[in-house]
Amino acid sequence: MIEIVETGPFNTVQDLGRPGYRDIGVSAGGAMDPFAVRIGNILVGNDEDAAAIEVQTFPFKLLFDVHTVFAVTGADGQLVLDGRELLAWCTHVAEAGQVLELKQPPTLARAYIAIGGGLDVPVLMGSRSTALRGGFGGNAGRPLINGDRIEIGSTLDELPLPANGIAVVAPAVALGDVFPAPIDGALPVRAIAAGEQELFVSDGDAFWSQIWHISSRSDRTGYRLSGEPIKPTKTIEMRSHGVVPGVIQVPPQGEPIIQMSDANTAGGYPKIAGVIECDLWRLGQARVGSRLRFVRSTHAEARAVEQAVARYVEDVQRTSQMVKRALRAMA
Amino acid sequence: MIATLNNLSPQREIVAAAKGRARVSFIGARSFLLETSGDFDLASQRWIWALSQTVKGWADIAEVIPGMTNLLAICKETPEDPEIVVSRLLEAWNNAQSLDLAGKTIEIPVHYGGPYATDLPALCEFSGLSDRDVVRIHYEATYRVFALGSAPGFGYLHGLDPRICMPRKAVPSLRMEKGCVTIGGMQTGVAMLTGPNGWNSIGYAQLQMFDPASSIPALMAPGDTVRFVPARIEL
Repeated sequence: MIEIVETGPFNTVQDLGRPGYRDIGVSAGGAMDPFAVRIGNILVGNDEDAAAIEVQTFPFKLLFDVHTVFAVTGADGQLVLDGRELLAWCTHVAEAGQVLELKQPPTLARAYIAIGGGLDVPVLMGSRSTALRGGFGGNAGRPLINGDRIEIGSTLDELPLPANGIAVVAPAVALGDVFPAPIDGALPVRAIAAGEQELFVSDGDAFWSQIWHISSRSDRTGYRLSGEPIKPTKTIEMRSHGVVPGVIQVPPQGEPIIQMSDANTAGGYPKIAGVIECDLWRLGQARVGSRLRFVRSTHAEARAVEQAVARYVEDVQRTSQMVKRALRAMA
Repeated sequence: MIATLNNLSPQREIVAAAKGRARVSFIGARSFLLETSGDFDLASQRWIWALSQTVKGWADIAEVIPGMTNLLAICKETPEDPEIVVSRLLEAWNNAQSLDLAGKTIEIPVHYGGPYATDLPALCEFSGLSDRDVVRIHYEATYRVFALGSAPGFGYLHGLDPRICMPRKAVPSLRMEKGCVTIGGMQTGVAMLTGPNGWNSIGYAQLQMFDPASSIPALMAPGDTVRFVPARIEL
């Protein structure tokens, strides 16, 4: 059991989402940085898709009721256990009565707390994620509030951990050549031109060349971008069609919206481009007010990045198991 | 609201002879949107229903989301050659046979007008019709659920009389109540969530159409027939 001692308004229980129900209008949801959830879960010995806490409003404090293994991933540091500063991307052990505090990370947007055994909230439609728009899943279908108590699942195969924990090199660093760092403070986001790009023929270059700001009217459903508006050459009324996270729609005012984890499942606004799936976690870690630039990408590039991510995850999986097995053998 | 099986009244609309062309575009690297250029009608949608069944059977496809005379296919991983997926989808479209999904009939009692009908005056102005006529034209029609989407359990309904079609708003309402009966372009539906909504509200329906704990979470399914029954008209 854990108890939420202090939380901001938008922190939720999330796993890797609820895909498969878009055809009845249910967003896949899930963590904005699923990469961080996968790595956090592997480190603490869970299945990759166990439920974790997504913290996007800081500070956040929780109390452990029992001896617990945990890891904080996603964020670049700023976690404290009973006054002691700890490494992110590393396993730690908490004893009953200890309090974990996450402070605002210096540059990133979201931190994930993975707990050995995972958060044991009910599975609804195949997932433990909080569906905020539908008001179900996760912890009673709503964000966490102070005083919430959440059960922890049991660990089937608890492997011993070294005293100093097992740490990984954060994906942004380990895969630095695959995920280029911001250039002049603008995050490069790879995208492929989408259905109605030709409507923006006069403004198409303005979309790809300008630096956009993530507006404060952004959330898990979508990021609204502010910048020089891009206007279509004509207004069209489209038939509603399925959409997915990453789609960049342009409403009539000309300021693009990128659909994120809690994306609408259908839309009718013209689409200028779609962010490649393997870059979405970077957007999930981009903060309100930060800058980004779209970079034209291809299926081949997306595939190469997907494969690099898969290799990294596999490597973390294999190495952490090896270390734990070696420790068990020595014990 | 009453849901009954619709076995006694099979739909027998005439199927158009020509299928219309389709085009496929990308959303990101894994999703492919097939849109038909044909009419927005039941015949086109029956081909989409058939295409949906076919594409669901492909091993490399994770999800299929039928829309309004269109279909989104999501691949499990980014395909090596996207053009192959495009050609397979187009070929499947060309080969698709008409498929009728004769579902149940759902009657939805509506309170037309009143405090929730925030866009009825604008619709009257846009259509040049009286509020009484707009409401009557809306409830006299019979609608088919073409697809679900946008919100849990939300059904896109076909069958709106062109006289009361009205474009979606340029600036969506920030907070439209769940239950509002709305018109967006050539489509009509019932808002499933309270929140931002670009459609135009003409009334209100009290209903529970989605339950995540149920084995069939959404009440509506593609192919169902929907009738709006005026429970109250307040103009």
